[in-house]
Amino acid sequence: MDYATLLQLLDSTLRLATPLLLACLAGLYSERSGVFDIGLEGKMLVAAMCAGAVAFYTGSAWVGALAGIAGSLVFALIHGVTSITFRGNQLIAGVALNFLASGMTVLVAQYLFGQGGRTPPLEGAARFNPIDLPLSETLKGVPVIGPFYHEVISGHSILVYAAFAIVALTWWVLYRTRYGLRLRAVGENPAAVDTAGVSVPALRFSAVMVTGVLCGLAGAYMATALQAGFGKEMTAGRGYIALAALIFAKWRPIQAMWACLLFGFFQALATRPDIVEGIVQVKIPVSFIEALPYVLTVFVLAGFVGKAIPPRAGGEPYVKER
Amino acid sequence: MDRLPRWADVALVPFVSLTLAALISALVIIAIGQDPWEAIKVMVQGSVMNAYGWGYTLYYATSFMFTGLAVTVAFHAGLFNIGGEGQAQLGGLGVALVCLFLPWPHWTLALLGASLGAALFGAAWAAIPAYLQAKRGSHIVITTIMFNYIAASLMIFMLVDVLRPPGKMDPATANFPPETHLPSFNEIPGLNLVFTSGVPANVTFFIALAMAVVVWLLLWRTRLGYQIRAFGKSEPAARYAGINPTRIIMITMLISGGLAGLMAINNVMGEAERLLGNSASGAGFIGIAVALMGRNHPVGVVLAALLFGFLFQGGAELGLWTKIPIELRTVVQGLVILFTGALDMMVRMLLTRIFALFRTRKLEAA
Repeated sequence: MDYATLLQLLDSTLRLATPLLLACLAGLYSERSGVFDIGLEGKMLVAAMCAGAVAFYTGSAWVGALAGIAGSLVFALIHGVTSITFRGNQLIAGVALNFLASGMTVLVAQYLFGQGGRTPPLEGAARFNPIDLPLSETLKGVPVIGPFYHEVISGHSILVYAAFAIVALTWWVLYRTRYGLRLRAVGENPAAVDTAGVSVPALRFSAVMVTGVLCGLAGAYMATALQAGFGKEMTAGRGYIALAALIFAKWRPIQAMWACLLFGFFQALATRPDIVEGIVQVKIPVSFIEALPYVLTVFVLAGFVGKAIPPRAGGEPYVKER
Repeated sequence: MDRLPRWADVALVPFVSLTLAALISALVIIAIGQDPWEAIKVMVQGSVMNAYGWGYTLYYATSFMFTGLAVTVAFHAGLFNIGGEGQAQLGGLGVALVCLFLPWPHWTLALLGASLGAALFGAAWAAIPAYLQAKRGSHIVITTIMFNYIAASLMIFMLVDVLRPPGKMDPATANFPPETHLPSFNEIPGLNLVFTSGVPANVTFFIALAMAVVVWLLLWRTRLGYQIRAFGKSEPAARYAGINPTRIIMITMLISGGLAGLMAINNVMGEAERLLGNSASGAGFIGIAVALMGRNHPVGVVLAALLFGFLFQGGAELGLWTKIPIELRTVVQGLVILFTGALDMMVRMLLTRIFALFRTRKLEAA
């Protein structure tokens, strides 16, 4: 494999890792607050549909992204009401929301556009288009680093850079602010947070809403940046890969970024089986590469590669009075 | 909090949940500019008003009984087996291998062999998540989700690279030999008086009913069943009573995976008669809805499976004859899981309030 191919591969890694990263960080807030969320997939899907549809009508990717966030927030709200207010089973709620999203998106898209559950193709300002970073053309001639900057770092949509900025932001919020301390505490020991006079439901609701916003961005990215429009089941299990990445990263933001980049790299590899074959000299079925994130996650869960211990109060509704 | 009377707990709570789900579905249909009354008429007409419709409704219901029972058994041990989909796909692989590579003189023997193959493969696919839960404390929900995806990849590999007959393009196995053909309802003497045209419902339906009885016997009439339920209610108490958690988790998940795998004799052996990609087509997930709606009791599961069979066949008819997309059934499925599973507490709180209201009235009157 030559340098140019590697750069191509890394370029698509960044593009494919972005929705995983946004969804993964989304899950991080919810799960750190003690609300397990296997409904990331559904929230992304709803957001993708809303973003695709509204971007088509308004011709603005930004308005589309806002609509995506709004749609995802509605689902986050249902998740919050079910699992925080009514103390329902968080996992079952997540499963329900995924099915609801899978059906509703097609129903609505079919009603609006009548194209078999797709939105019409988006173009121009209705999509988040690639941005050329400053000096990318001038630095192109610099050996090794120049092409890397030009091919890999530059030329992505704003949401890609936003996703990586949110990694830093999440780290800062989680470990350097009062809110972050409380968030981590409420996922480990809600009774202690309650005793300190902080409302457990309010804190958890806020976390679930942040999850909604980030899933909204992830979905908007899918429909208006990575692809040109919404398509039926377009998230294709990315919500679950993000969940896997979250476990792989042991619920920590910086590690989540590396996990998503790794899983994004696998996805990029799966689109280029010829490269894999060139390196290992054996034909490896694409399905094996596609299964890698899941297999790795099972290994991590099994504790063979360090132990993944979830937030202690995760999955348990908090009951104030005993 | 006041307790609900037993009849309300058994019948009224699921009924109210179901009504709420139906109401919201109706609102969804109105929102996309269609007529819910018309929709329900089409659904009923196409699924239960004639023998042909029943042939499909019962076929779907058979699959859902297996996956519903699979989820039920695991639930009783406090385990949420989300991996029915993957286990059912692996069950399909078991059926295909048994039917394709072993010579069978008669369908009865083939059915026996295929059932064993399906259950073994399904159980094997549940065994690893079970072991990881029992020994390494990995959360079974996450591992079974991961195993669904690993199963999907594995099946694509098996169908594209291993089992696909040479010269064929579509990722599927060869057709099973005619000796392994299971009698459909229209080929069973007696039933063929009712089912005159070819329908997919087949003898597997009776195996599914028998399995419901077996699961009931297992859970409420055997020592193992008692241990499973005790473990599900309280792990520390079960441990104190000398019940071995590893053993219970392993056995329960093997049974659960085996039941999910058994589904394949209905769809792979009974209907398609070859193994296709995505063979379980979501039935593994519907098992979750069926188990929740059936309140984790075999009788409830059978009834809920029939209802979902109706929903599936009716939904397909909607896709054919109206402007309502077939995906409506996914919406209804989500709503049923939401209301019967996650919002159970809300419905209960609501009903408890109403009952309390009546009680105070009675007291005042007296």
